[in-house]
Amino acid sequence: MLLINCPWCGPRDEHEFRCGGQSHIQRPEPAEQISDETWGDYLYGRENPRGAHAERWVHQFGCGRWFNMLRSTVTHEILAVYEMGQPKPGVGIAKGEKA
Amino acid sequence: MTANQEFRLPGGGSVNRSRPLTFTFEGRNYTGFEGDTLASALMANGVRLVGRSFKYHRPRGIIGAGVEESNALVQLGTGEHSIPNVRATEIPLFDGLVASAVNCWPNVKFDIGAVNNLASRFLSAGFYYKTFMWPDWHLFEGFIRKAAGLGKMPNLPDPDRYETRFAHCDVLVIGGGAAGIAAALAAGQSGARVMLVEQDSELGGALNYDIVSIDGKRSDAWVSGSKEALKALPEAQILTSTAAVGYFDHNSIALVERRTWNPTELSKPGAFACRLWQVRAKKVILATGALERPIAFGGNDRPGVMLASAARAYIGRYAVAPGRVGALFTNNDEAYRTALMLTSAGVEVAAVVDSRVGRNPLAERLEASGVAVHSGAVVCDTRGGASLKGIQVREASGATRWIACDLLAVSGGYNPTVHLFCQSGGKVAYDDAAACFRPGPANQSLVCAGALNGYSDVTKALAEGHDAGIRSALDAGYVSKAAAPATLPSLAQRPIEALWSVSGGKNKAFVDFQNDVSVGDIELAQRESFISVEHLKRYTTLGMAADQGKTSNVNALAIMSSLTGKTIEETGTTRYRFPFTPVPLGAFRGAARGERFRPLRRMPAHDRHVAFNAEFEEFGGWLRPAYYPRPGETPHMAEQREALQVRNSAGVFEGSPLGKIEVKGPDAGKFLDLIYANTMSTLKVGRCRYGLMLGENGVIIDDGVTARLADDHFLVGTTGGGADRIAAWLEEWLQCEWLHLNVIVAPVTTSWGVLTLSGPAAREVLRAAGTSFSIEPDDFPHMTFKSGQVAGIDARVYRVSFTGDVSYEINVPAGRTGELWDALFEAGAPFGIAPVGIDAWMVLRTEKGFLHVGVDTDGTTNPLDVGWGHVMRKNCDFVGKRSLMRPNDAAPDRLQLVGLRAADEKSALPIGAHIAGGTGSIGFVTSSSFSPTLGRGVALGMLVGGSKRLGEQVTIQTDGGARLATVVESAAFDPAGDRLNA
Repeated sequence: MLLINCPWCGPRDEHEFRCGGQSHIQRPEPAEQISDETWGDYLYGRENPRGAHAERWVHQFGCGRWFNMLRSTVTHEILAVYEMGQPKPGVGIAKGEKA
Repeated sequence: MTANQEFRLPGGGSVNRSRPLTFTFEGRNYTGFEGDTLASALMANGVRLVGRSFKYHRPRGIIGAGVEESNALVQLGTGEHSIPNVRATEIPLFDGLVASAVNCWPNVKFDIGAVNNLASRFLSAGFYYKTFMWPDWHLFEGFIRKAAGLGKMPNLPDPDRYETRFAHCDVLVIGGGAAGIAAALAAGQSGARVMLVEQDSELGGALNYDIVSIDGKRSDAWVSGSKEALKALPEAQILTSTAAVGYFDHNSIALVERRTWNPTELSKPGAFACRLWQVRAKKVILATGALERPIAFGGNDRPGVMLASAARAYIGRYAVAPGRVGALFTNNDEAYRTALMLTSAGVEVAAVVDSRVGRNPLAERLEASGVAVHSGAVVCDTRGGASLKGIQVREASGATRWIACDLLAVSGGYNPTVHLFCQSGGKVAYDDAAACFRPGPANQSLVCAGALNGYSDVTKALAEGHDAGIRSALDAGYVSKAAAPATLPSLAQRPIEALWSVSGGKNKAFVDFQNDVSVGDIELAQRESFISVEHLKRYTTLGMAADQGKTSNVNALAIMSSLTGKTIEETGTTRYRFPFTPVPLGAFRGAARGERFRPLRRMPAHDRHVAFNAEFEEFGGWLRPAYYPRPGETPHMAEQREALQVRNSAGVFEGSPLGKIEVKGPDAGKFLDLIYANTMSTLKVGRCRYGLMLGENGVIIDDGVTARLADDHFLVGTTGGGADRIAAWLEEWLQCEWLHLNVIVAPVTTSWGVLTLSGPAAREVLRAAGTSFSIEPDDFPHMTFKSGQVAGIDARVYRVSFTGDVSYEINVPAGRTGELWDALFEAGAPFGIAPVGIDAWMVLRTEKGFLHVGVDTDGTTNPLDVGWGHVMRKNCDFVGKRSLMRPNDAAPDRLQLVGLRAADEKSALPIGAHIAGGTGSIGFVTSSSFSPTLGRGVALGMLVGGSKRLGEQVTIQTDGGARLATVVESAAFDPAGDRLNA
């Protein structure tokens, strides 16, 4: 059970949140100029890193705001929490994980 | 009565001799004392045979004194209160307790299943898989499952109450032994919020029977003093009978507090059986101690063989002699305490068998009091039937002899209780010198203290616990000035010498008592290449069942390592998983039972429906009227009458669950164009438009009517089931993708109650009810919207229709829905107005061929499949558009929506029936009703290439045989829409 530091509400239990999967996925548009491959990649291609993973979460049973979170898939340590629209921060590699 | 307790020692222990309690085991009555466990009370009465083993039905006795117990599983209680497989060592005795042994029939002494023991040479590991393969395992499975299993599940609902609770603390101390108490005292005195958790009913652990001097007091007195000191601290909390069962991320720990097993207590108001705690701690101190492990030798499962530390607990804590003539088998010094304690309790010690060569001071002390110590010797076999009568000792010389005894205390050393540490993500390392797995580096904010670190030195445990308490409090922001407990330095010990199994006995040597896994089974698994510990576990079932291998796992992997020539470290452990000890399912549900498990929502006019004798059903979490039967009516008759009511006059349907979302802002139109497959920005103020929403994969996820209230203000309608989901969907797009759009979204579904007035007389009824705006057809035509007042109530009114007749969806503040209902029924009385349930509503929309998302569509249906090809001409992007451009999304052989008209029109086609093609199904019926208006069945379905098959004959497979049908347009009633637009 993660303890997530909501940028608006402070540390709250994972129960209150929902994970929306990988973040920083650019939606390709306009539709008419997008190849099947690019579209397929956008729909289904996801990273599966051993280590830092940028995800988007929503404080569903709280303020209702979406935000980004950098989480280690090895230790479940939360390395950074930052607002939507901000770039993925360059943070150090957490213990026990590969670069 | 106490005279019956023939094994009760005349003095000592912490049982309350002035409070005798009676209990029943296997149909016989006994007496014990307050402070006993069921196990200690049975032992006091000389009951040694307490269960039958899982596979061979061998007689088994008590081997432990706590959570590690693998044999003494009982069925506690009777009837609905009955609980299977509870450890007798963990049930505090209460008056009137009733228990019986598990896995035996007709009783534990004469057990038919024991015939398995005679056939045991055929029942080795993997026996089932090898023997019952031909022709098919499933032929045998039912029989085998019946023979397997331990206790019996009660077949009545659990009447007990359970609770759940959340807690936060600065320092959580798990384990209330020497290290844990010292830690809690040190941390607690800093003012930090401290929780001390102990699975036993009493704090103290081994301090309660391995008496030492702490702060100048007997250790048991120090324990009670510490308990009082902790209770006096306002921020400290002690939870006993509470097991920490799970260690999850970010110092989140699950505890299970057992309040009582006693049905009499449970029947009192407010009483509960268990409470599940979810604790978030800044710092955790793991002081979980260590569990003694047995040694595998022939006949080591005979009742009378028990762990050395358990024997001391029975003598010291419960004042029970675990036998008349004892012996000790050990590979370490710690267990010598047992021999000394037996002697001082007046139990003759026939032999101390120490596998280590050489002399030691403890042995000399025992020999001085006449106890024979056999150094470099092992116990290789036992004899006796259902109770130990003697042990076979093999001396260092190789000579064997039998020694008579009825108790054998065994110690193969200690396994630190690393379960929670491993669950937390920490790794263990094997310590050759201490012959155990110890915690390595931690992965979370925790400290390990005491015997968990792989030693059994109380002085060190107290100091380490104290230090952990000070440091953890400091980390949490509190300074403690508590003084460390003062003890005498422990005597130096001779080191343990690892001993896992002894060969040469005629009887089976058991490693896992609860699952009947012997050394031979491990050898077999190794021969058959099930070498990895995880494979070994699954092949032999070792370490499964209720005890999860607390006494067997490490022994088994050590034996496997000796067979493979790998080190124990290389062999590794199986994964330690939640929960540490069995948890009743009720503890997880807590109070969430029945409607509290899944609360049902009631609509604002609920009591009006009740007054009309509504039959309620659940739709998407809402209790909604399915129909309103009148005297003598079947559900079908009520449905047909209500549908005709709408066609012939007017009916009222409550649609309050329909989703309502306000979308406002300068970019609202642009935003909705992206969200809907069709265009919303061109909608004129005051008008409504039906729209489809898609997922990015092009599949229809919702539909509904949207009204434009102002240039920058839309009211989006969704299906009842989509209300919450679509509001969240809009937010996600706005917050994560189109941050540049200036739009706000506000779900207002439950703020408004909705009554839909529908039928040819609807306008007359509404006029009679009174409106603040004109409702004449030219002023308020189909697909328009008005704000104003209806019957004097502020209202938002849509003129839209799901029935095909003139309809007004009247939205009023939810609290005034009943008032509106009354006004409509008063105004409609001359027209014979009546309420309409969901069933009739579905008949009406099926007659009209209106799409019902989630009923006619599924997770593959795109808008082109339901005749919405025009969306591809839309000249801006929208969610899902690119997916519709994939060739497959426009393929001609997709399932497409059609109307179906059965040749035999007198009965409706069954919903879900398949449409037969040459080689299989080519579609299915999605909606079907008998239309009382048309006097025939009407149906919708999905059919391969359906849009090009109008007029074709198809065959529909039903339970009653094949039926012919024609593919028709989906609207069967008023296809031109004359009634709709009237």
